[in-house]
Amino acid sequence: MKKSVFFGAMTVAALAAGAAAAGTLDDVKARGKLNCGVTTGLVGFAAPDANGEWQGFDVGVCRAVAAAVLGDPSAVEFVPTTGKTRFTALASGEIDMLARNTTWTFSRDVDLKFEFVGVNYYDGQGFMVPKALGVSSAKELDGATVCIQTGTTTELNLADYFRTNNISYEPVPIETNAEAQPLYLEGACDVYTTDASGLAATRAAFENPGDHVVLPEIISKEPLGPLVRHGDSEWGDVVRWSLNALIAAEELGVTSANIADMGAAAGDNPEINRLLGTEGTLGAMLGLSADWAKNAIMAGGNYGEIFEKNIGENTPIGLSRGLNAQWTDGGLLYVPPFR
Amino acid sequence: MTDTNTTPVAFVRDAMLAQKTPPVTNAGIVGWINKNLFPNPFASIGNAFSCLLTLVSLLIIYKIVAGALPWFANGVWDTPSLAACREVLQGVTGGCFSVLTERWNQLLFGFKYPSEEYWRPTLAFIGLFFAAAPVLFSKLPRKMLWFTAVYPFLAFWLIWGGTILVPVMVAVGFIVGYFVFAHFEKQSFAMGLIGSVVAAVVVWSFAGYITDPLSGVLALEPVPSRDMGGFMLNFILGVVCVSLSIPIGILLALGRQSDMPIIKGICVVFIEFIRGVPLITLLFVANVVLAYFLPPGTTFDLILRVIIMITMFSAAYIAEVIRGGLAALPNGQYEAGGSLGLDYAQNMRLIILPQALKISIPGIVNVAVGLFKDTTLVSVISMFDLVGMIRGPILASTEWNGVYWELFGSAVVLFFIVCYGISQYSQWLERQLATGHR
Repeated sequence: MKKSVFFGAMTVAALAAGAAAAGTLDDVKARGKLNCGVTTGLVGFAAPDANGEWQGFDVGVCRAVAAAVLGDPSAVEFVPTTGKTRFTALASGEIDMLARNTTWTFSRDVDLKFEFVGVNYYDGQGFMVPKALGVSSAKELDGATVCIQTGTTTELNLADYFRTNNISYEPVPIETNAEAQPLYLEGACDVYTTDASGLAATRAAFENPGDHVVLPEIISKEPLGPLVRHGDSEWGDVVRWSLNALIAAEELGVTSANIADMGAAAGDNPEINRLLGTEGTLGAMLGLSADWAKNAIMAGGNYGEIFEKNIGENTPIGLSRGLNAQWTDGGLLYVPPFR
Repeated sequence: MTDTNTTPVAFVRDAMLAQKTPPVTNAGIVGWINKNLFPNPFASIGNAFSCLLTLVSLLIIYKIVAGALPWFANGVWDTPSLAACREVLQGVTGGCFSVLTERWNQLLFGFKYPSEEYWRPTLAFIGLFFAAAPVLFSKLPRKMLWFTAVYPFLAFWLIWGGTILVPVMVAVGFIVGYFVFAHFEKQSFAMGLIGSVVAAVVVWSFAGYITDPLSGVLALEPVPSRDMGGFMLNFILGVVCVSLSIPIGILLALGRQSDMPIIKGICVVFIEFIRGVPLITLLFVANVVLAYFLPPGTTFDLILRVIIMITMFSAAYIAEVIRGGLAALPNGQYEAGGSLGLDYAQNMRLIILPQALKISIPGIVNVAVGLFKDTTLVSVISMFDLVGMIRGPILASTEWNGVYWELFGSAVVLFFIVCYGISQYSQWLERQLATGHR
């Protein structure tokens, strides 16, 4: 009796697992909601506002995917994850995709069995020091105390960098960016190091931002991007091309202001027509409606608009496009053609 | 023996002198200061040291007040962001309390609880006092206990919403279980217990067929568990886990003292295992590891998982506290109960536990206060309790990135009020119950 119950439970579990493996895309459509993993809070990238609405650069990607799949940018269930819970949440199927400023590395892609579908922000690790220290280059930091988040790639990069340059440092381990701010300001450490975007956001929140400088050295590559589980390529394609559609839209000059006109009827530019579904069957190939990309772009505008709204130069964070400009402007954003 | 005084007495006082007031330097506030703060420094080394200490303390107090007072007095209460607040302050020391006025609702209820429904948890919170009062103060009319019995179901309905039939059917299951227990108890305690559990489970499994089609009856807007947050979440976790873990802890403590090897073994292993594992590990298990064991797509309410884990944790600690109370009772109490012809259940219920629990009160309160504060650990598994709200969403918003003292200070105040209240109550209760064992 006991045994048969046990086997019964196993069968149910196996069947359920089989059903889930049928495809994340179908699951999302059946559910009517996209479960998107985000950070519990990172300035400019993801945080709920005073009304409880999630806002931010990573949030924009989630909304675009939801709009592409379900036609509704608000059909997202945001699942907040910490640095420690993010990968298990994705691997266990609690979330369909993770858009949580996660660095694309070899071991995460290969060993942890995830699939990075692209890069939505090219970041790099930098240093911030008080101006009063009189340091102009990271190579002058011999013997400095450095505030650093534990358990991140930044910690390893820092060790590598100081060893290569044959200088010494004393780490001050911290848990979150929010903890680092007061520690750095009170002088518990001479240097604060994290991703350059994080440094900019931290510095912007200081009372006197002018008293602190970000050193010119960028010591690591941190391509941040959304990721999905291994082994479900159809769903990976959907997320990848939703992100690509946002970037391509900027390149092709499609904005939230003119998309209604451009998408209403086929225009002169065949690539825009294919992107917006007025020509060709790209949507059907993905298993989505013809206007999937149009919906994705209308969710929050094209890549450039999302960037400007959340982290661009007119926001308190004030990041310039830098590496994240289109390839035509000297940046690294270069999407394959929509054909 | 009367005339022993041969010489005549020149003067004998025949009236008592009226009491004089002590010298000004020895009485009242001046006397107190003279004695405690500034004793004559030349009299002894100790006195000199005492004076020095007073001066140093005064300096420290002045520094604290002079530092903190302008921070409170110049506080800004009505700006939309930190930058605007700093603009108002113009470099003057002052707190940006406007983060509290703008985000108070998120601190108390979390950022996803619908704002037009705030009255529901508030009402549940007020009800908590009325429900807890007859349990905490034995002088209140016993009829109030009826409200206490109804309260858990009422509070669930208010906070989570949905149809009232769900909590009603759960309550019906308990009532049926109780009647079955009362019926079979005369034959055997264990049989009553098993019978009541079976009856309750039967009722609950049939209740689904009733509540599903009638989901609109007296329905409040349902709020999923994911949307709970803020201080409300700390309170839900604290209250539910403490009230569940006391009965479970009693059972575990009794089980650990049992003569039956299997029951004793289970209880010992459970208690020692849970006490050997940090709470945060259990929370990670609840959040992360369980998801691997359950079939994909199963959603098992996260709050429920966390409640189970915290309850297990605190039940193990409370069991050990109560075991201490049981061990403190002299053996004669057990034997006296037995000699009156009471069986095990009656003996425990009527003789042993009332005394043992009385001894255990300080320890139980200690665990309860610690547990209430430990509920903030859920912020690590990405639940937005009070501390989680501060560390996550509020400090990560572009408006309030960089406000620390005001936010964490308010969290300190909220937790202090609750924990100090609990400890004051327990001291009062100990004085009330101090009828013997001196």
